[in-house]
Amino acid sequence: MPAPSSQTVVQIIQAAAHEVFTTMLGMEVTCERPPSEAAAFLAPAEGVVSLVGLTGRWAGTGCVSCSGPLACRVTSRMLMTPVTAVGEEVLDVMAEVTNMIIGNVKAGLEEALGPMGLSTPTVVYGRNFSTRNVRDGQLSISRFRLDGEPLEVKICLAPGLQANPPARHGPCQPEVSQR
Amino acid sequence: MAIPTPLNILLVDDSAAIRKILQRVLRQAELPLGEIYEAGDGLEALQALKANHIHLVLSDIHMPNMDGLQFLAGMKADPRWRSIPVVMVTTEGNQSRVMEAVDLGAAGYVRKPFTADQIKERVLSLF
Repeated sequence: MPAPSSQTVVQIIQAAAHEVFTTMLGMEVTCERPPSEAAAFLAPAEGVVSLVGLTGRWAGTGCVSCSGPLACRVTSRMLMTPVTAVGEEVLDVMAEVTNMIIGNVKAGLEEALGPMGLSTPTVVYGRNFSTRNVRDGQLSISRFRLDGEPLEVKICLAPGLQANPPARHGPCQPEVSQR
Repeated sequence: MAIPTPLNILLVDDSAAIRKILQRVLRQAELPLGEIYEAGDGLEALQALKANHIHLVLSDIHMPNMDGLQFLAGMKADPRWRSIPVVMVTTEGNQSRVMEAVDLGAAGYVRKPFTADQIKERVLSLF
């Protein structure tokens, strides 16, 4: 069972992100040209990175990342409360935004890949860290501009190791390392 | 069925942000609201049902400890709570899981991301 092309996955991501930000936040996202795959892996992250695991015949990771100030503005918008520093509320909102975006991408991918499971999100906030998938896979990157700042959504998929249907809360495989 | 007045609602979601948004949406919906209780997973939700008189449950599916389908099954197996309507509010788009929720007794389903109108319409359709 082949995975959809990276271009198709990017289109699914763009549709999902657009729906989440317009429906839940009343914010418009515009699509930007994504970085090269090599640059995406090498660039040290700064800000908020939220990760969810995907399981099934194809498995991997979905990731949403943006700066701390943008995460605060997204949180302010979603909760209708001013938020100026990254804390529990911001991490919770970014986890839920990730859950909604990757959950909708999962629904799109299931048409081609069969049933998939989604883990609960893990959110990281900090500076000078990088994320990478332990396993090689097909990487699809969508970069957006939201409220004047970049926001990135990545999906990395590889043929799953298991032949059985996915667990509801599958393992999350990304690795986060401090630089 | 007439809408219970006051209407006590239990919100079940591991995201405090989503519970806060649902609270806001429900308060803006001009419903005869009484108490709104919150639970972070299915286990907490069963405790909330034991401790309070609840007329309606809005529940996520993907949650740690006890997920929404396990909670729904546990709730519907207990005659004290079997008649309480449960609306699933979730990112889950897999039709087999949605049908599983319906088979377990869910009264409705709203997919995240949701609008305030979608929540209001779904709640009003139950009474």
